[in-house]
Amino acid sequence: MNITTSEVYERGTSLWQDAWIRLRKNKMAVAGGITLIVITLLCVLVPFLSPYDYEQQDLLLGASAPSTQHWLGTDVFGRDLLTRILFGGRISLLVGVIATSVALIIGVTWGAIAGYAGGRVDAFMMRFVDIVYALPFMIFVVLLMVIFGRNLFLLFLVIGAVEWLTMARIVRSQVQSLKQLEFIEAAISLGLSSWTIIRRHLIPNAIGPVIVYTTLTIPSVMLLEAFISFLGLGIQPPQSSWGSLIADGVETMEEFPWLLIFPGLALSVTLFALNFLGDGLRDALDVRGAKD
Amino acid sequence: MISIRTLLLISLVILTACSGGERRVPQGIKDGILHIGNGTEPQGVDPHTTTGIPEHRIQQALFEGLVGQDPKTLEPIPGVAERWDVSPDGRTYRFYLRHNAKWSNGDSLTAEDFRWTWWRGLQPALGNEYAYMMYPVKNAEAYATGKLTDFSQVGVRVVDPYTLEIELNAPTPYFMQLLDHQSMYPLPRKIIEKFGSPTDRFSLWTRPENIVSNGPFKLTEWKLYKRVTVEKNPYYWDAANVKLNGIVFYPTENTVTEERLFRSQQLHVTSSIPLDKISRYRQERPDELRINPYLGSYYLLINTTRPGLNDARVRRALAMAIDRESLIKNVLSNVNFPAYTLTPPGTGGYQPPTLLKFDPEGARKLLAEAGYPNGKGLPNVEILYNTNEAHRKIAVAIQQMWKANLNIDTTMLNQEWKVYLDNRDTLNYSVARAAWIGDYLDPDTFLNMFITGGGNNDTGWSNAEYDDLILRKIPAMKTHEERMAGFYQAETILLQEMPIIPIYIYSTKYLIHPSVKGMPANLLDHYLFKQVSLEPDT
Amino acid sequence: MWRFIGSRLLQAIPVLFIVIALTFFLVRFAPGGPFSTEKAVVPEVKRALEAQYHLDQPLLVQFGSYLSDLARGDFGPSFKYPGRSVNELIAAGIPATAELGFYALIVAVVLGMTAGIVAALSPNTWRDYLPMSSAMIGICMPTFLLGPLLVLIFGLWLEWTPVSGWGEVPGDKILPSLTLGAAYAAYVARLTRSGLLEVLSQDYIRTARAKGLPNFIIVFKHALRGSLIPVVAFLGPAFAGLLSGSFVVETIFQVPGLGRFFVQAAFNRDYTLILGSTVFFAVLIVVFNLLSDVLAAWLNPRLRSGLGDRS
Repeated sequence: MNITTSEVYERGTSLWQDAWIRLRKNKMAVAGGITLIVITLLCVLVPFLSPYDYEQQDLLLGASAPSTQHWLGTDVFGRDLLTRILFGGRISLLVGVIATSVALIIGVTWGAIAGYAGGRVDAFMMRFVDIVYALPFMIFVVLLMVIFGRNLFLLFLVIGAVEWLTMARIVRSQVQSLKQLEFIEAAISLGLSSWTIIRRHLIPNAIGPVIVYTTLTIPSVMLLEAFISFLGLGIQPPQSSWGSLIADGVETMEEFPWLLIFPGLALSVTLFALNFLGDGLRDALDVRGAKD
Repeated sequence: MISIRTLLLISLVILTACSGGERRVPQGIKDGILHIGNGTEPQGVDPHTTTGIPEHRIQQALFEGLVGQDPKTLEPIPGVAERWDVSPDGRTYRFYLRHNAKWSNGDSLTAEDFRWTWWRGLQPALGNEYAYMMYPVKNAEAYATGKLTDFSQVGVRVVDPYTLEIELNAPTPYFMQLLDHQSMYPLPRKIIEKFGSPTDRFSLWTRPENIVSNGPFKLTEWKLYKRVTVEKNPYYWDAANVKLNGIVFYPTENTVTEERLFRSQQLHVTSSIPLDKISRYRQERPDELRINPYLGSYYLLINTTRPGLNDARVRRALAMAIDRESLIKNVLSNVNFPAYTLTPPGTGGYQPPTLLKFDPEGARKLLAEAGYPNGKGLPNVEILYNTNEAHRKIAVAIQQMWKANLNIDTTMLNQEWKVYLDNRDTLNYSVARAAWIGDYLDPDTFLNMFITGGGNNDTGWSNAEYDDLILRKIPAMKTHEERMAGFYQAETILLQEMPIIPIYIYSTKYLIHPSVKGMPANLLDHYLFKQVSLEPDT
Repeated sequence: MWRFIGSRLLQAIPVLFIVIALTFFLVRFAPGGPFSTEKAVVPEVKRALEAQYHLDQPLLVQFGSYLSDLARGDFGPSFKYPGRSVNELIAAGIPATAELGFYALIVAVVLGMTAGIVAALSPNTWRDYLPMSSAMIGICMPTFLLGPLLVLIFGLWLEWTPVSGWGEVPGDKILPSLTLGAAYAAYVARLTRSGLLEVLSQDYIRTARAKGLPNFIIVFKHALRGSLIPVVAFLGPAFAGLLSGSFVVETIFQVPGLGRFFVQAAFNRDYTLILGSTVFFAVLIVVFNLLSDVLAAWLNPRLRSGLGDRS
């Protein structure tokens, strides 16, 4: 028994190592990873890099096009756009990472258990997903805000609590089809515990679609953040996030197109990088090794 | 592959077709149809169950009261009533209805129709939110609140089919204006009763196929979320002088989109214009931009029960530290007018006291006197506003001014509309934005808000002298000068105590195509559609 | 199969009941009621309004009468729009939402499959990279960014399309459908490409090639069908997403659809309209989730036999 588990463990480790080697060979994925790191660093270090403050107004200047002083221009209050984008990136990246992780953890666990257990447990768990999915989200947010007051942590939780549902469905259907494959049956006959099978075999094998869906979750998480902030739960001015900057930019996109284009670019570049990294990860982790 | 190619071709054809497609504006000028942006989807057209501005616009086209208002001067003009007398004591009005006034189905309109309509409007079970507009009428309030059940004691009397007498509680100088309010328009009893009980809000009588109205236009089409169409009413007594053949009202919630519709010649008139577009119109097409003072005040409510803010000196300091001129110029595209009083100057011939001005020096001094030198020790102030771009901009700017001038840190809190209203109502805020649009041209419509426990007071502020003036002394006053002096005195108290901080006076701002004639701007944003015409550019 | 569907439909009943019950009580606890306005309503009037809509009765009684009305297919009267029933308001919103979803689906399938096929026919050339990186842009550009950008470019700068509206001016349906369809098109493109590549490498295709059949016949007659399975499996649940997720697009382009009205109902605290649209969406979700599960169950044995063939 002991020997078997450690063998499985050994194989598992080498799988991850293999994946890492394969990932490093994928140029696009590496470029994506580096881009993400650079963007994150810029957002973290912006107070030391920018001569401007994100809330410092210059009403006389107002909205100005990109110039040598303000590289990406200023918003209607005369605030430096680059600084605001980078400060906004902090919130957006944080929401993206934390809320998506919350969604990922709940969704993958829920879906894997439901798919593996099958039968009544599965039916019960998936009907629960249907129920949560059908509840009016906005009322839910407003109530949470009234009950718990306003804080950023709650924002992440709320977003995570909404986004895990589709993830659970995807993982469940993957697990269901994997469960019937020979190697899982073999693992069951070897007497491995259900938890070990889910963790060691099912989740790694279902990881491809999960990664693809995660890359899709991140933009929708950022959109939700902007919407929830609109309802009063999220960030408050003068703070900014990419979602709220884009929402503001849309209002004035004809007069001051840079207010839409640059925050949009920041978001898109980040998501682009994330997608390449995600694709690379998926290929690298593809245990069936169908790709090169 | 072929099908894809065909599809691309089709879409190309559509693309080219749409660039040269029909524009509503020139077509409308040809057909005499006015296309107008109307804000939101109207709740309905029954004047007793709706309260909004978009609804009011449509009702103005469909109905006509005893008297109307001149769109330029807002003076009363004859409507269903040809002429009227007022008794010497100013308490009894007698209206002589024109004999040719008709409903849109050809039935005659008589004094009894008015009596019945007002009976309906005052039914407690109906839940008419504007019932209070009839309160100056004798016993109307008692009847509407269920204290009186005999309607014959209410001051409305049918003398003969074409004569109607109204008795008031007290002389009310603005009563003629109230008669042009939507809640006083006559409604068709036969039709309403055909589709249910008169007090039933859920009724089908307002559907285009059922409704009967007495105004210059009649309702012909109501496509949910798309448009409401009215056409000229041939039975209208003055139909010969109605110039338009019809009006189409569009729900245009998003002002950015609405402006684009205007620019692409799809609307003759918009309901609003986004702030950021104003400067461009000023420069390039000033003749299409209309900005006009509007009988409304934008102000901050202060929760006078909060520590720190319960000191009038602190409240005055906050008010004095706001540079309204700069705010309006830099944040509000210079479309509003700075307000130093709650009541807009000139409301019904009223000139408010000049007590408040921008004075950062004096503000700092007051704050220090109150025990918070240089803002030290003042409990946190939070500006509450409902989520909206303009409110946010104003709050951000005020936050900066208080920081710069008083060295106090404020936080901001935006909330969804109903949550915001709830918190305002329960005094769960420290400073909150608010606004009030006057119902009629008289200072009373603003100043009666802040009586003790008033439904719109929302500040916890209470002042016995103020209450006495508004509730007892002023209503008893006989002359215009006396009343204005009374309001002056009341507003002086309000400004010394400062439970609210006036910020600016509203303005109506919208776009109007040069072909639209006879639609002058006025303080109440009141349209008289029967006078509007469309004339091609010459 | 029929037993499976039957049991799932039975399960839908408690699901719907719980959704209705939770929503019913959640909305009542949200601050602000349907009749709170900036102009304070006189207490007597407020009481009268509440009496008209039976809000003065105990909550459980209200819930009971709501359920019995619902059983008869009556969603009740709207609070915000006097004289309108919720059934009517929802029915008025369905056509635009369904049409938008349908066009978006067409956009997704036509654009996505074209791009996927072109890419798969010449892998690792510019004809592969170009459509695939455009697909990537489609995925990376969230709707709330893509919509306004399309308006800015095609509506305002180039003036090729109307900027908003739905069925008002010819061509105004193009941008909303494109915006909503784009993200899905990107997925279809990627699924088609990878599916087609896998099929094209299989033995029977090689045999067909060896027989000298023209390339496009091979692709369209033999390969495409086999590669469609994952695409079809994806489109089932995606359509439910298209219908319920069109709120953002409806707002950007002023489409008179359900999504927008649902959100406004929540803002207005129009209790019956919130409940009505929630029930409507819940039914949609149950049905489409069931459909996608049926589809998955139906496709599964095939997939396995396909795997068997290959080895």
